[in-house]
Amino acid sequence: MSATVSTSNNDSPERRAAAAHLAGRHRRDRIFVLLCQAATVIGVLLLAALLYGILRDGLGRLSLDFLRNPPSRFAGRAGIMPALYGSLWVVTLTGLVSVPVGVAAAIYLEEYAPKNRLTAFIQTNIANLAGVPSIVYGLLGLAVFVRFLGLQRSITAGALTLALLVLPTVIIATQEALRAVPRSLREASFGLGATQWQTIRFQVLRSAMGGILTGVILSLSRAIGETAPLITIGAASYIAFAPRNLSDNFTVLPVQIFNWAARPQEEFRATAAAAIIVLLAVLLTLNSIALVLRNRFQRQN
Amino acid sequence: MPEATRSETARGAAAELGSPTLGSFEPSPKHPRMSNTRLMTHGSEALARWVCFLCAFVSVATTLGIVYVLVSEAGRFFTSVSPLTFFTGTQWAPLYNPPHFGVLPLLCGTFLIAVGAGLFALPIGLLSAIYLSEYAAPRVRGFLKPALELLAGIPTVVYGFFGVTFVTPILQRLFGEGRVEVFNAASGAIVVGIMILPLVSSLCEDALRAVPRALREGGYGLGATKMEVTTRIVVPAALSGIMASYILAISRAIGETMAVKLAAGDSPKLTLNPGESIQTMTAYIVQVSQGDTPHGSIAYQTIFAVGLTLFAITLLMNLLAAWFVKRYRAVYQ
Repeated sequence: MSATVSTSNNDSPERRAAAAHLAGRHRRDRIFVLLCQAATVIGVLLLAALLYGILRDGLGRLSLDFLRNPPSRFAGRAGIMPALYGSLWVVTLTGLVSVPVGVAAAIYLEEYAPKNRLTAFIQTNIANLAGVPSIVYGLLGLAVFVRFLGLQRSITAGALTLALLVLPTVIIATQEALRAVPRSLREASFGLGATQWQTIRFQVLRSAMGGILTGVILSLSRAIGETAPLITIGAASYIAFAPRNLSDNFTVLPVQIFNWAARPQEEFRATAAAAIIVLLAVLLTLNSIALVLRNRFQRQN
Repeated sequence: MPEATRSETARGAAAELGSPTLGSFEPSPKHPRMSNTRLMTHGSEALARWVCFLCAFVSVATTLGIVYVLVSEAGRFFTSVSPLTFFTGTQWAPLYNPPHFGVLPLLCGTFLIAVGAGLFALPIGLLSAIYLSEYAAPRVRGFLKPALELLAGIPTVVYGFFGVTFVTPILQRLFGEGRVEVFNAASGAIVVGIMILPLVSSLCEDALRAVPRALREGGYGLGATKMEVTTRIVVPAALSGIMASYILAISRAIGETMAVKLAAGDSPKLTLNPGESIQTMTAYIVQVSQGDTPHGSIAYQTIFAVGLTLFAITLLMNLLAAWFVKRYRAVYQ
């Protein structure tokens, strides 16, 4: 700035030093932007590398038979049919348990709970549960559902474990959606003589539905990708048939991927990569639905 | 929502009140709505409240369940192995004969992964958060942020596969196959770093955005460049939020399982060499779970003792992070 101001002694040493100093600061400024941009681009490049690596390895193995066949000792014949069905069963049951409980818990915390120590404690507790490593939920499921309740290595045990795992995420997402509902809507409902439950049931929940659905889909897509807790409770490595009922043994897509990826033979890598493509396609679809819902919901409000 | 629609919705809702819902009753045919609404109201209001409370309490029960399960099974383990041996032993071979129950190699493996992932993700995450919050044009941001979020949504087993098939071969080519084993801590640390990168970047961005505009304007008013404003005003002001994100990310890295299990292997070793295969606490739990472990055996109990250690470490870090978050909220909100 000082360099642009014209004065009589334009070439004094002090002035030149000041100009050089300023130029240096501006240069550092530009370098810093480049550095920040580079850091951001690294993230995107890594995503690209990851997708490239998986598509390169797995695209050749994808076929309708791959979706229809059971796993096999021979990599060329192996398929993901039982794992696909297992994932479908588990995520459905997980949703049936975690969504009603999670939404009701969020309703309690946002609409009913008095501001006291107990409420603060429950809230802190939920935040901490969200940070507990998923494998610890696996240990809980192993001790409580598999052994204590005698559910064995069944779909029910797996789904209940995952339901507890995603519960904090469902609660937190629903709370955010409920908080976005304007206070005036509740007041208007009360003004018309509705009770608190009627207000929640017919006004607040309806208005928050988009946000809740988005949160629920994102939580369930997390459940679809979970591996460690299901291995801990004993999701079996080799299942040749689709499960028939809730007490059947099961495997899910990520567990199947893990088993193939852990094999030393090169051929199974392609099989694992192909299964990953299917898994990512499912997750991407779910995420897109969530994104569309969120946008529609935001426009409505 | 415009006023008219809102009251219409309200009226529609009132019309639907007779329909049987959770805890409501059929309207009596003799007396339409008014009187029996009041009747059902009392019972179902209290019921709804109680059901919701019980659901919220499930989360507390989960915590109690986790603590009870871990402590009781680990307690049984500690009756046969003293905690001193467990926490100071330098050899972990619980399935061998004679067994060794020193958890230090597992802690060391976990530490190696967490530090490596942190070295990668923490600086890059902060820099990209600075770019997204301070520099990026809205259009660029609208493209980059979903890409980073996508990175966060990828299941961890996929990162493990990526580590084995993509990162390890690159490392072996760079440093030689003799120095980088097929399963190695470096590959595990890098993929875990990639995994926690979006977490660091989005939490740091939140912290940076919470810094009031006036602070930046003050800096510009004094003639500072954008970089000077960012590094000397905005980042220091957001420091507690940044710290919180760092702690949460490291805690996530410590609890990460599948990526580490696949990329870093299954050899509990007391080593700081990232080229070697190691085993983390989480990978050990998976390794034991894969076999058929009889209930009540010492191997069955070890996974709970290791799980308790893991739970305690991550819980402490999460509480610390919450304390930092509370501090930055207190300053700017």
